[in-house]
Amino acid sequence: MTLDSRIPPGPLEDKWTNFRQKMKLVAPNNRRKYRVIVVGSGLAGGAAAATLGQLGYNVDCFCFQDSPRRAHSIAAQGGINAGKNYQGDGDSVYRLFYDTIKGGDFRAREANVHRLAEISLNIIDQCVALGVPFARDYGGLLANRSFGGAQVSRTFYARGQTGQQLLLGCYSALERQIAAGTVEMHTRSEMLDLVIADGRARGIITRDLVTGAIERHAADAVLLATGGYGTVFYLSTNAAGCNVTAAYRAYKRGAYFANPCYTQIHPTCIPVHGEHQSKLTLMSESLRNDGRVWVPKEAGDKRPPNQIPDEDRDYYLERKYPSFGNLAPRDIASRAAKEACDAGRGVGEYGRGVYLDFRDSINRLGRKTIEDRYSNLFEMYERITDENPYETPMRIYPASHYTMGGLWVDYHLMSNIPGLFVLGEANFSDHGANRLGASALMQGLADGFFVISDTLGNFLADHKPDQDPIDTDHAAFAEAEGEVTQKIDRLLKIGGRRSADSFHRELGQIVWEHCGMARTKEGLEAALEKIPALREEFWQNLRVTGFGDEFNIALEKAGRVADYMEFAEILCNDALHRDESCGGHFREEHQDDEGEAQRNDDDFMYVAAWEYQGVGEKPKLHKEELNYEVVKPTKRSYK
Amino acid sequence: MNLTLHIWRQKNAETRGKMVRYKLADVSPDMSFLEMLDVLNEQLIDKGEDPIAFDHDCREGICGMCSLVINGQAHGPRRATTTCQLHMREFKNNAEIYIEPFRAGAFPVIRDLVVDRTAFDRVIQAGGFIAANTGSAPDANSLPIAREKAETAMDAAACIGCGACVAACKNASAMLFVAAKVSHLGNLPQGQPGRNDRVLNMVEAMDAEGFGNCTNYFECEAACPKEISVKFIAQMNRDYVKASLSKPSYV
Ligand SMILES: Cc1cc2nc3c(=O)[nH]c(=O)nc-3n(C[C@H](O)[C@H](O)[C@H](O)COP(=O)(O)OP(=O)(O)OC[C@H]3O[C@@H](n4cnc5c(N)ncnc54)[C@H](O)[C@@H]3O)c2cc1C
Ligand code: FES
Repeated sequence: MTLDSRIPPGPLEDKWTNFRQKMKLVAPNNRRKYRVIVVGSGLAGGAAAATLGQLGYNVDCFCFQDSPRRAHSIAAQGGINAGKNYQGDGDSVYRLFYDTIKGGDFRAREANVHRLAEISLNIIDQCVALGVPFARDYGGLLANRSFGGAQVSRTFYARGQTGQQLLLGCYSALERQIAAGTVEMHTRSEMLDLVIADGRARGIITRDLVTGAIERHAADAVLLATGGYGTVFYLSTNAAGCNVTAAYRAYKRGAYFANPCYTQIHPTCIPVHGEHQSKLTLMSESLRNDGRVWVPKEAGDKRPPNQIPDEDRDYYLERKYPSFGNLAPRDIASRAAKEACDAGRGVGEYGRGVYLDFRDSINRLGRKTIEDRYSNLFEMYERITDENPYETPMRIYPASHYTMGGLWVDYHLMSNIPGLFVLGEANFSDHGANRLGASALMQGLADGFFVISDTLGNFLADHKPDQDPIDTDHAAFAEAEGEVTQKIDRLLKIGGRRSADSFHRELGQIVWEHCGMARTKEGLEAALEKIPALREEFWQNLRVTGFGDEFNIALEKAGRVADYMEFAEILCNDALHRDESCGGHFREEHQDDEGEAQRNDDDFMYVAAWEYQGVGEKPKLHKEELNYEVVKPTKRSYK
Repeated sequence: MNLTLHIWRQKNAETRGKMVRYKLADVSPDMSFLEMLDVLNEQLIDKGEDPIAFDHDCREGICGMCSLVINGQAHGPRRATTTCQLHMREFKNNAEIYIEPFRAGAFPVIRDLVVDRTAFDRVIQAGGFIAANTGSAPDANSLPIAREKAETAMDAAACIGCGACVAACKNASAMLFVAAKVSHLGNLPQGQPGRNDRVLNMVEAMDAEGFGNCTNYFECEAACPKEISVKFIAQMNRDYVKASLSKPSYV
């Protein structure tokens, strides 16, 4: 099967407009004849469900939390990009497009990214209309800050709670549609399989997490907006419930998984401090606007930070990347921190940390200004570490944060399975090999508010419900339900000795060590031996207490870890196959004399989309070549 | 540290629950409260017992999923802190800790420490939104908003919807939660068109869900992990009176 990205013809800046002018429409009075499933209620899913409901489709929306408002998007701190140029500092749609393409190390589709930059303008308008209380300046106009990988201020924010405020905006729009009866919300409900009937995605199988009931849901299209797989590393900045299950089960049904090895390690997280730690907390990238990153010049310098004079400090980001300084992109800043710690210059109890110091900005701007900007982040830091960052520099270290890879989609956000659409972090589409800060919120809302309503309508216009009806009696539903039930029974019956959590922790260590910030052929090959062995132990020695027909947290967790046990192999396989360094994927074999990543455009300028071939079998590779028509890929430099 | 824990166990909504005592040794003061429960759960699973069900997700104080009444206080002893951000260094060695679910008629227990808070969603459905359709918005800077107004709206909008206010209140009132949403939207120009209906409908929905009345104990503000101020309750009361007076009457 060849991968057709269905990019519309015409000049880059006209493609989306051309598409919209020619797309097929479903008339308002016909929309209520269609049923659409949206799995996920984060920015992508919540915005999609609200918008499709408002247009008049019948929507069923699912999330595993107790309320759609709790989706992981809520945790985003720093901000959302838009090329509004409200600050008059030279920003434009083109510049946002260019920065995103470059930030992604020339591994994203130009057409998708340009559309994203165009739509960014509407997103801010829409969110303000919904009541999102973005920060404002004294004149009452919207304020902006800078984020990594950009030389303009284009990031809109609501204190350190931008994701919360955006998600609450989406959530309110969603609740309005629920009240109007266009959306039915299924909370505490987990999708466990995708149903494909006659070659088309026609529904899902879910488990009601309160009663354990296995349920069938049929529809004319299925949208997955189920977030990323950053918890494959176990420790990450993601919420505890984040998982790959929905995307992975779709993959097992034939959807291609694209670029899984593009994972983002965020440079500014609170370092690990104990073996029982369950998550790592992000300190927003916005802190790098005013904080300076440094380590002692001498390895083993154990003086307290305030006693180390400037001449003994190495402000390594400012030194290595003078034009971007502390705002170098994430992949670069993360690797630089690792390099400093590998050289024995790391700080803190375990030597895995670098300082993020606000001393100079407090002196320059006053403590009050810093408080206004970051007080909630400083408090969060203090609660966790018991240290006061106004007085002592923060200690930070990189941690798994975001996943650029995801299910393969075309320009319409449709996967290779007709009728299966994928939105938000769950797809692979816009960030290439590295995502710039404040761009995930933008992408989730672009997909959910503005792209899917058009591209889904275009699809549904050709797939009329009366011509091709479906209900849950179709044999495909019985088959999928049978497999789900069997898998649950199997998990419950193992009767071994170890909890799912302990397996997850061990798997995470393997993946972090061999497929984390720096990767090698040998390391990846070792991981590909360890993972199947651990998986085998999992299926022999797992213990799940309780029963399937009750609220059972051990069972929920076991199902998710079971999927990670298989998925981790796909991830390492992709990393092994991509014999180059690009963005978040750093192969130690491919670096220049200064340790910078070396891409190989001749051999790897493509999207790697993997097709399932069976558990433990090597997946089949499909390539989508990337054609750069407007931007000329160059060596990514932030010097 | 060594701890004695008394934890509410309840199989499901239909069965009665009871407090059960557990001993836990070697707890590190750097652990978060939920990590401490994770360790206990590992040990329970090791023994083949059902782990303790509790709600959690972000573990950084923003999703509002974690709950727990700890030694009689919603979200435990530390001010302005959710359970997931509480660390064991707040407790003494050999402490006895009592852990219960958020209790309120409108929040029935699902299992152990997990309660059903969907009543909050239904209150939002009654009017906690601005009716702005996707695609119809004017330019975001076309309507400047005075900075103080925007900041006040943000103070109210910071609510994470955890329900600690309800759990802390003698009357199980949801006034702080509702007032936060009413004030968030009411302070913005975009929220003016629906302002009257919003407050009337949300208050009606709140009563219908079985939340109690506010009799000014202000335990809600003390328990709120985001320190939402009770001044918003006063603001909502004013809005409510104004809206009631302007409601068209049939007489
Ligand atoms: C700490 C942190 C800070 C961040 N800060 C920023 C920032 O400042 N700017 C920025 O642009 N980005 C930021 N990001 C990234 C950004 O928040 C996410 O990429 C984005 O919010 C993802 O949105 P989403 O809608 O795709 O998925 P999510 O918000 O993760 O939503 C996933 C949804 O899917 C549901 N779901 C998942 N699996 C299933 C299943 N099997 N069955 C049923 N439902 C399921 C969940 O219940 C949830 O509703 C941050 C991320 C983190 C971790
Ligand atoms: S787990 Fe999200 S607020 Fe506590």
